Amino acid sequence: MYSEKVLDHFMNPRNVGEIENADGVAQVGNPKCGDIMKMYLKIENGIIVDAKFKTFGCGAAVATSSIATEMVKGKTIEEALQITNKAVAEALDGLPANKLHCSVLAEEAIKAAIEDYLSKQKSKNTN
Amino acid sequence: MEGKIIYFDHAATTPLKKEVLDEMMPYLTEQYGNPSTIYKLGREAKRAVELARERVAKALNADIQEIYFTSGGTESDNWALKGVAFANRDKGKHIITTTIEHHAVLHPLKYLEGLGFEVTYVPVEPDGIIDPQKIKEAIRNDTILISVMLANNEIGTIQPVKEIAKIAKEKGIVIHTDAVQAVGQIPVDVKDLGVDLLSLSAHKFYGPKGVGALYIKKGTKIHPFSHGGAQERNRRAGTENVAGIVGLGKAIELATQNLSEYAAKLQKLRDKLIDGVLSKIDYVRLNGDRYKRLPNNANFSFEFIEGESLLLMLDMKGIAASSGSACTSGSLDPSHVLLAIGLEHEVAHGSLRITLGEDNTEEDIDYLLEVLPEIVSRLREMSPLYESVKKGGK
Repeated sequence: MYSEKVLDHFMNPRNVGEIENADGVAQVGNPKCGDIMKMYLKIENGIIVDAKFKTFGCGAAVATSSIATEMVKGKTIEEALQITNKAVAEALDGLPANKLHCSVLAEEAIKAAIEDYLSKQKSKNTN
Repeated sequence: MEGKIIYFDHAATTPLKKEVLDEMMPYLTEQYGNPSTIYKLGREAKRAVELARERVAKALNADIQEIYFTSGGTESDNWALKGVAFANRDKGKHIITTTIEHHAVLHPLKYLEGLGFEVTYVPVEPDGIIDPQKIKEAIRNDTILISVMLANNEIGTIQPVKEIAKIAKEKGIVIHTDAVQAVGQIPVDVKDLGVDLLSLSAHKFYGPKGVGALYIKKGTKIHPFSHGGAQERNRRAGTENVAGIVGLGKAIELATQNLSEYAAKLQKLRDKLIDGVLSKIDYVRLNGDRYKRLPNNANFSFEFIEGESLLLMLDMKGIAASSGSACTSGSLDPSHVLLAIGLEHEVAHGSLRITLGEDNTEEDIDYLLEVLPEIVSRLREMSPLYESVKKGGK
């Protein structure tokens, strides 16, 4: 059902935790559906220098969160915004069809955390 | 425990007993006759099928002619519901069931609704047990059938079927019970229960998969399940699964022989498990009544975590169990049973079902109680829901 890579990222998730005073934070998903991802980003000069997550969800939800944080680190905001759910799933050597929604959630979490960062920047600049 | 698999999913299936396999083997090899033929090979197969029928009848306190072999619990349930509905549609179109039935009951009922039948789904109490009075209140003049499971497959609660059957009989309504989880766990006597139809499945009590039986009380109006040859007294056409039927017969004989000792052993382990989990882990609840439940069933909900993750981590520790989380069922909603007893979606997602079997030991329970708190804690540390509880309190 799950690839070795999914199981590896589930059993040994990378970047679990929180970032104090994160530049961008977002929570996506819904506990009713059984999946919530919270992503924290540290951004310096437009580059994501650190990413952490907390996830309530199945094996695929944890694994996609883990790989997504790996994928965004070192990327510019623009590059990170280009990460698609397909890319997340491919990076895990695929996901079962009924688990593809977890990769969608990972894409949404990245985008939402960056949006949070951008809106904070905007309000800073306005002030 | 290194390398050992501890199997805690006996409600899903049980291992085949060696004694059962030994009785089945000749009918898979040299005794391959078709029971419908008249020569010796066929007669021998027929004799084996009838011996199995006798064993099933004895185990259920039924008459031999009241036992029909099927391909398993799902077929038995489908036959009982559709067969009675079609045969009695001149009398009425209303059927009563509960919200916690197995899909093998709920889905054929949905199908019947599509054909114009009307179904009342009576809700259960928060303890997972149906109130017979509510069944009585649901009865209409055109009610033709009541179907209430004997024991629930997820939370193990034992239903007051005897009381419900009495109500049905007073009104002249046919009553069916899905006893798939009950047979081999608690005494099942069709005469004492007062039911007209009862479904069972061999692989739930150490028999083979793909074979079951339907008890049909003499005189019950029911349509045949399939049309074709004259097998099963013209009610279920198709060449018999001889080896499977032989296995079912042997398995039910063994399962009912030492039932009280078996149940006492499992109940002791179950209670140790329940006490251990409730004392060692916080934010946990036991689903279903504490005592009116199968001796081998414990079902918990752990808040702030999701069931499939829990199962995967238990699997890494060599433990096989089950969950009612949506992720394990392939749907978006968690178990309808857990929702029916009033659990919120997010709590229902974090359920764990442990169903014990005869090979389980105290050592197995100790091991589970050792690893489970660590796993729950690890998953909670990863959970944003738990994070907010820790920060804000609950």
